[in-house]
Amino acid sequence: MNAYETFSALVRDNSPVALATIIEGPNVGAILVVTPEGVVGGSLGNADIDRVVSRDTMGELEAGRTIVRHYGPEGQSTPEDLIDTDTVRVFIESFSPPPLMWIFGAVDFTAALARVAKILGYHVTVCDAREIFATRRRFPMADEVRVTWPTPMFEERGARLTQRDAVCILTHDPKFDVPAIAGALATKVGYIGVMGSRKTHAKRLERLADVGITAPEELARVHSPIGLDLGGRTPEETAISIVGEIISSRTGREARSLGATDGPIH
Amino acid sequence: MKRSNISLGLSTMRDLLDDIDRWRTSGKRIALARVVDIQGSGPRGAGAAMAVNEDGEVIGSVSGGCVESAVVTEALAILSGEQPSRVVTFGYSDDDAFAVGLMCGGIIHLFIQPLEW
Repeated sequence: MNAYETFSALVRDNSPVALATIIEGPNVGAILVVTPEGVVGGSLGNADIDRVVSRDTMGELEAGRTIVRHYGPEGQSTPEDLIDTDTVRVFIESFSPPPLMWIFGAVDFTAALARVAKILGYHVTVCDAREIFATRRRFPMADEVRVTWPTPMFEERGARLTQRDAVCILTHDPKFDVPAIAGALATKVGYIGVMGSRKTHAKRLERLADVGITAPEELARVHSPIGLDLGGRTPEETAISIVGEIISSRTGREARSLGATDGPIH
Repeated sequence: MKRSNISLGLSTMRDLLDDIDRWRTSGKRIALARVVDIQGSGPRGAGAAMAVNEDGEVIGSVSGGCVESAVVTEALAILSGEQPSRVVTFGYSDDDAFAVGLMCGGIIHLFIQPLEW
């Protein structure tokens, strides 16, 4: 396999991979293909620069960053070493696997949320214990539909969830949502949202207390009722309010109209 | 020259793989253009990508339509060997050297090279 084939196979497999490309200096266009384990293809022209750039690229990949870095022709990277040498500019591009969204509950809102999540690039898994509802035919837009209870799902795969991922619990059913919340809280997932009215939420807090979940720092991770206060009603409008909340919880913004605020937009 | 499939959504290399593989299978030469840096209020950060084959067919989008046709011209010049692989800059700069601008302001730097790696 050449470098491109190695790279595209890893991307298709949703494995983390980065490309380091010389965009200025000797060997413009030379490419290094790097995974968390090291170089898997290509070369930037000499072993010295390959060693230094691959080390930096592994660091950027770990952080999911895409950035331009500067080196000397043999990979010198300290500012003093770069004085009076030709600079090599290297574009380091990280391809991290897509973020995950697990949606519990195969309800009307689920299809709309799965559709919107796909637009944002999530790998979407729909989960419900009821075989007749959790079908591919009802959720063709999801990447995966699983007939399962929350607890086995979290036991099997909870360790995969990271800060970038989201768990949305739309079941309305305490049999399902209490174990789903407990399962999600035991992971590093960045966003947990639970659907239900304010009254349902109050009752849910009691049931969570029954299973020992009372710590304010744990409960603070649970967004409930799920979504931003947009005043929408339909499944599609609700889906937008949910992903809006996911974005604003990541950026730490208050999600007001830009016209009503000042400061930088992004 | 055929210019098809300029999509409105911005894309990354991940989105281009199927079309690139199709072109490679049919033996087409391909130029790859990737955004390496954006200054100011650009539409998307580094990593947006598009590709152009030797017939002028285009896949992907890097700026929502502002600079794509200029990128195609540069990409074809690089594929034909008239220009070397290099960083190409569009947008508003102090010397106003570049006529093609971004809708929302800002400067976009793309690296364009033949996909021969």
